[in-house]
Amino acid sequence: MGEFRMPSLGADMEAGTLVGWMVKQGDRVRRGDIIATVETQKGLFEVENYEEGVVQELLVQPGTEVPVGTVLATLTSEGIAPPAIPAVAQPVAATEPAVKPAPAPPPPQPALSPQKRLPVSPSARKLAAELGVELGAIRGTGPHGAVQRADVERAAQEKKGAVPTQVPPAAEKPPVVDYHSGMRQAIAAAMSRSNREIPHYYLETAIDMTAALRWLEGGNQRRSIKERILPAVLLLKAVARALAEVPELNGLWIDNRHQVQESVNIGFAISLRQGGLIAPAIHNVDLLSLEELMAATCDLIARTRSGHLRSSEMTDATITVTNLGDLGVNTVYGVIYPPQVALVGFGRISERPWAENGMLGVRRVVTATLSADHRATDGHRGSLFLEALNRHLQDPEKL
Amino acid sequence: MTDPQLKETVLRVLRQIAPEADPAALLPEENIREALDLDSYDFLQFLIAISEETGVEIPEADYQKTFTLAGLFNYLSAALSKKPF
Repeated sequence: MGEFRMPSLGADMEAGTLVGWMVKQGDRVRRGDIIATVETQKGLFEVENYEEGVVQELLVQPGTEVPVGTVLATLTSEGIAPPAIPAVAQPVAATEPAVKPAPAPPPPQPALSPQKRLPVSPSARKLAAELGVELGAIRGTGPHGAVQRADVERAAQEKKGAVPTQVPPAAEKPPVVDYHSGMRQAIAAAMSRSNREIPHYYLETAIDMTAALRWLEGGNQRRSIKERILPAVLLLKAVARALAEVPELNGLWIDNRHQVQESVNIGFAISLRQGGLIAPAIHNVDLLSLEELMAATCDLIARTRSGHLRSSEMTDATITVTNLGDLGVNTVYGVIYPPQVALVGFGRISERPWAENGMLGVRRVVTATLSADHRATDGHRGSLFLEALNRHLQDPEKL
Repeated sequence: MTDPQLKETVLRVLRQIAPEADPAALLPEENIREALDLDSYDFLQFLIAISEETGVEIPEADYQKTFTLAGLFNYLSAALSKKPF
């Protein structure tokens, strides 16, 4: 017998609103299945299941706000992955190996993948997220088949009509969340806690990106526009490589103890156009090729902006990277996201004077900063990390 | 594709990417990314969509020619007029 509880999707989440169930009583669920959508101050999230079993009872009605840890549903466990009972059981795809709960690969997001963008007006996109309506399933009536607010409202109504009462749609009781103030409150709580609890130290170094960018541009010439890799992806991968050398920065500080993590799950800070930011995790960055990392990053950004992040992406980050991009400032001194112990920041890559071997030249340079938790590490280790980061970026073909 | 069609296409794609902004208010010589606060991911998505809609391949080395509306229109018009139809 298992329980499915309201998860904590971040250090300072106290309660969440159950927006909708993606399963019903009697459904067989596996690890990684999305079984509910939950709204927090930071937006709408798809919550994954961590236990194999059959849904016994849904205890909480959509639209209800409950504290973190509240039991939302009960599951009966049916042993470890036996073959499904032939006749009655729900169709179950290949059973997962019971060894490691690897995060499920992201399902395709037809509405938002960079390959195939459906025309959706921004307010319709927001409304669809609020009402829990799948954009891909909506027939647009706007210019060029664009999905507009009215289409979303109609789809929500139809859904309301079609769904049996035991699973009332989110539209009936739309969670009342003032998005802007909610987002600010969530950031305020996490960042205040960080500054209150974490003794930060800061290091910075300038990294010559000329060789890395030249290598990347050479590769991008052979790639179609959709396959081209952004410099930010090189930076992410180099961070993962450098963490292998200074693993204590890839960790959490929990219960007054430093807990170094094995998986390198980089929280990637994504600013939202409506304001605020979220830093969902890209899992196992050290194991991804640059192409895979580019695809994962694009997918993550698209889902962050459309309200399709998964609960594991909100909870699994082991370090954060903030990249202020190629416009704007040179240097960022980040505030660590608790309970993590480090944050790596990158400013703008820009041409700067560069002295080397007695010569002055112009190079493309990025300033990398490390904000780290002095309880967990010291400046010496932090400085070794930035040195390793620089070294990996001078050798881009090995990234 | 005529010039007005081209402009309509570009503005439509920009509206999808920067919904809260008003691309029609962009000045021809204004830097699109700065004016609409597009990050490198947004801008790449913008160029991908433009490339798909117009059929014009935009190599990375040419990105800098597309930073303003005037530059982008010139670039696309030139590329389209060279295309054999």
